[in-house]
Amino acid sequence: MMLLSLLLIPLVGAAVLGGWRGLAKPCANKLAMTVAAVPLALVLLMGMHGKLPDGGVMAEWKSAWMPDVGISLSFAVDGTSWLFLLLTTVVVLFSLATSHRIGLGGRTYAALVLVLESALFGVFTARHFIPWFLCWELTLIPSYLLVRLWGGPAAPRAALRFFLMTLGGSVFMLIGFLALQLAAETMDFGKLADFAAKGELAGMMSAKFGGLGYGGPALLGAVAVCVFLGLAVKLPVVPFHAWLPAAYAEAPSPVTMLLTGLLSKMAVYGMLRILLPVFPEVLPALAPAMMALAVATVLLGAVAALAQTDIKRIMAYSSVNHLGYCAMAVIAAAAVKGDPQAHAAAVSGTILQAFNHGIIASVLFYFIALMESRTDGARSLTDFGGLRSKAPVFTGLMGLAIFASLGLPGLSGFVGEFLMFSGVFPLVPWAAAVSTIGLLLTAVFLLRMVRVVFNGPLNPSRADWPDLTTGERLLVAPMIILIVLPGLWPQLLLHCCNADTARLLESLHILP
Amino acid sequence: MFSENPTVLWLVPMLPLLAGAVIAFMPNRMGKPASWLALGALGVSCVIALLALLAALHPGGHGEVFRSVTQSTWFHFGSVEMKWGLVLDPLSAGMGAMVTFVAFWIFLYSTGYMAEEARFGRFFGFLSLFSGAMLMVVYANSLLLLFMAWELVGLASYLLIGFYYSKPSAAAASQKAFITTRVGDMAFFLGMIWLYGKTGTLSFYDGGNGLLESGALTTLAGATTIGGFTVSAMASLLLLVGAMGKSGQVPLHTWLPDAMEGPTPVSALIHAATMVAAGVFLVARTHPIFMQSGLQGLPLTATAWIGGITALYAACVALGQNDIKRILAYSTVSQLGFMMVALGTGGVPAAMFHLIAHAFFKALLFLSAGSVIHGCHDEQDIRKMGGLRKAMPKTFVTYAVGMMALAGFPFVFSGFWSKEAVLHSAMGWPGGYGPFALAVCAALLTAFYMTRQALLVFFGKPREPGVHHPHESPPVILVPLYVLAAGAVLLSLVGTPVWPWFEEWLLGAHAHFDGGALFKPHALVLVGISLTIVTVGVTASWLVYRYPSGDSRAPDPIERKFGGLWAFLGTGMGFDAFYEKHIISNVARLGRAVDTAERMFFVPLMALAEGVIKLCGRWTGTVDEQSLNRGFNTICAEMKNRAGTASASQSGRPQAYLRAIGLGTAVLLVMYFLISAR
Repeated sequence: MMLLSLLLIPLVGAAVLGGWRGLAKPCANKLAMTVAAVPLALVLLMGMHGKLPDGGVMAEWKSAWMPDVGISLSFAVDGTSWLFLLLTTVVVLFSLATSHRIGLGGRTYAALVLVLESALFGVFTARHFIPWFLCWELTLIPSYLLVRLWGGPAAPRAALRFFLMTLGGSVFMLIGFLALQLAAETMDFGKLADFAAKGELAGMMSAKFGGLGYGGPALLGAVAVCVFLGLAVKLPVVPFHAWLPAAYAEAPSPVTMLLTGLLSKMAVYGMLRILLPVFPEVLPALAPAMMALAVATVLLGAVAALAQTDIKRIMAYSSVNHLGYCAMAVIAAAAVKGDPQAHAAAVSGTILQAFNHGIIASVLFYFIALMESRTDGARSLTDFGGLRSKAPVFTGLMGLAIFASLGLPGLSGFVGEFLMFSGVFPLVPWAAAVSTIGLLLTAVFLLRMVRVVFNGPLNPSRADWPDLTTGERLLVAPMIILIVLPGLWPQLLLHCCNADTARLLESLHILP
Repeated sequence: MFSENPTVLWLVPMLPLLAGAVIAFMPNRMGKPASWLALGALGVSCVIALLALLAALHPGGHGEVFRSVTQSTWFHFGSVEMKWGLVLDPLSAGMGAMVTFVAFWIFLYSTGYMAEEARFGRFFGFLSLFSGAMLMVVYANSLLLLFMAWELVGLASYLLIGFYYSKPSAAAASQKAFITTRVGDMAFFLGMIWLYGKTGTLSFYDGGNGLLESGALTTLAGATTIGGFTVSAMASLLLLVGAMGKSGQVPLHTWLPDAMEGPTPVSALIHAATMVAAGVFLVARTHPIFMQSGLQGLPLTATAWIGGITALYAACVALGQNDIKRILAYSTVSQLGFMMVALGTGGVPAAMFHLIAHAFFKALLFLSAGSVIHGCHDEQDIRKMGGLRKAMPKTFVTYAVGMMALAGFPFVFSGFWSKEAVLHSAMGWPGGYGPFALAVCAALLTAFYMTRQALLVFFGKPREPGVHHPHESPPVILVPLYVLAAGAVLLSLVGTPVWPWFEEWLLGAHAHFDGGALFKPHALVLVGISLTIVTVGVTASWLVYRYPSGDSRAPDPIERKFGGLWAFLGTGMGFDAFYEKHIISNVARLGRAVDTAERMFFVPLMALAEGVIKLCGRWTGTVDEQSLNRGFNTICAEMKNRAGTASASQSGRPQAYLRAIGLGTAVLLVMYFLISAR
């Protein structure tokens, strides 16, 4: 029941907001924040009462929706899901608070954000393809409208591209799962993974579609490629990334927070929880090509960021780069068998990276939102200069987030990157070796930004630049704690997902 | 307290780190309390480090090295455990005591030197972070913890070099330092994960299962990889590149002279106790892995040659500098090269002895130079100084001690003996005399350029008396100078061939006094060489610079004869220009090219995909009944055939259900039409 209320509360809140005509903007924002605080409390409660460390299911809700065809509404939370739920609740609340602070928001806006939150909960908990896919698609509508209606001048075009590209990817994913349904007669992720673990899925495919003249592995491989395509557009993986910079830059910063912090994590979650367990039979064969794309993502993101002058585009490419590491680690875990330590490192690192990147990117876009609201939308590198002398606390805290983003040990970004790389290196050495160039370039473009924006002589037009107000400090303080604490004490996050990781590896026959 | 499970050792790095964290929350007006906090925390650290050193003086018995380890689990992933911990052995004990001791006097000096600074407290916060991180590097018993602390050292140096961040040159120098060292760090990172992947551990010593213990070392030496090299050789080379970045070895040295943009105490700290010493320390710590390929193996040969080349290169460049701090900066690069030569030729004790001795006299030289700069009202050009020994007699004395130690004046200065230990190691190397010859030439030039600097700064007549009114510095600046000067002399007691206590201790043996050691032919030859080097270097320099021109704008005597060479040396042999022209600009060009590719290729590609999707949408709209429904009908028919269990009366419903499956697409397509119809 807890899970059901988690899924429904934001929807109810959205309905109330949508129906309450004449509700003033600040009140609507406050109401939305109150509503969004409830899921956070529920998730924390779930964590306290649940069985986090033993990896059991902490909460579930099931309803036989269409029993004839075996379609059920099946949702469940385990440790890994719980981390993604926690991330969702935290980032949504933070994004709403940021919107409120910079004067954005209102009834419709807040309602859309809450609908999005609900859909994200569904994505991170669904155990059956149909509810999962419905939620996956449902996220698209509110995020499209949020970008389009509240974004910058070029937002309509950027939003449409974002919408169509993700939609295009989804169609492939749908086709892939329909084929699986026909072959395996189920779309339940757990059952599919069981078939896959026994190595039966390819046989089923060939039994069903053998008439097409292809063998089972080829057919299953085609399905895996379809599913990968759907996820790759969302993550995004090169060459399906071109929608991203414009969408991230044109969206209002609190919405960009949701896009990079949460929507991209849906793809990471999908790779980890669906692609990896359902397609172990064919992934090793597909991995080299996928790995090439992942490494290209890492490098392209970092190199393209070097040439940007718009701070939001820098951060957009930085996101491409950071999520490229996740893709690389998952694909490496799928590519080769037989090194339990490396697989555990790659999978654990991916989960950590997804969580930490969500938090760090949100904090960075928080500061960008403040910069925009203080300057009427300026966000070019050359619009600033020497802000540090006027705003030491602003500089210090944004600097902390920047260093977390470039993977400074002691802050949350490092442990995930270390684990991913130490997992990938023994499995696919060249990928890890080449991707370290990405780690280096991240430092180059981020420190260049620090130098141009915060250091150097003060830009005369920013002579009255205010430092963070007390309210702004209090708002970001919990997020800063979420950056520092997991960096020093990664066990805090890892103990939530260790049992899941071990079970996943066991099902992949990687662990003895 | 230290012999088993020395948990208390954590205090040594943690106290300065915590002090730094607390200072971060203190407002600028609380500068004084911040400096006391930093000084107090480091003082306590220093006491503990010295106690630990005392404990570590006892050998472990049976000629084994004293070693005591504290370990705990940092985190688990999957079912794998990651440990971290600290180790106390002669290497870390000696290094840790040096770092805390030298840093303490630099801190004290800073309370006087930086007194006028508005961000006084902030400065001490950064200094604390710097020292704490370095101490973590020193005591770490895990390559991972060492790497983490190593990166924090990088962060602290970034903050301190860029302390005057409003100056564009300081902002650029700090960025350059961070990124150049990060090039090395990435190699270090790769080496680390390689070692981890092969051995499954990153702890150095872990009751026989550690990385530096026989089991893992055998695994590493036994595994071959690309090009037929062993994993130990490849990983060692990667670690060496990391050390080259941090320790300013050619060609990753260019950040170090620019790091002078930081306040002078920072330069002293970077060049003596922290940062650059970290690279040498890393190689010393992981030396057993290097040794797996043998004394003439690739990793050690590379170390020795890179060290030798760096030593000579930087000594040449130091000759052509006029900024008092840049001369010292290049001399640091050169001395680090000496340490690498020692490491590469198998002489870990010699390298560590030179590192520690160098820390004392280089800190002394930088702080004395700071006193000179302070006294000359922030003038750093040695051509404009002159005759300062009369105005600043105390600074002159301490400076002279440091200078003589660096130049290798015989017998009573630690620099003489430590350099001799390095040369001794290089001379006995079976891999050839190359590094030895390079080091000898570098030592000769060292004596030459240090004498030049001393003559121009302290002797002769003041060349710009109208501009400068030099004055002696206050006691808070002078006392640290006296202490470090005493150290620069007294350290020579523990490292002479007569009683090589330090080297023997590092190797876990008892030193015996052997008065005859000095008179063995081998030793005699070396002492002879050392004496010749310093005599020739100093005399030559004295002949050239004894009567400096009274005009501060007059060209240097060498410049008059060899103008082109002089300019070449002045620019550091053009490394910066080379990097600017061939690497930095190309990386920027690559960035722009990719950005263009984004616009000219990927965005059109996306537009194409977009067009296809739109087209599909339109097509679906008109031929929906024929295509989409028929598709569904086929699937439904399949469903019916298969689902014999489902009752016939329900046979119509799956079709409706499957329509629901298409809901995601359908809803979105409708939305698309709404949008495109506008």
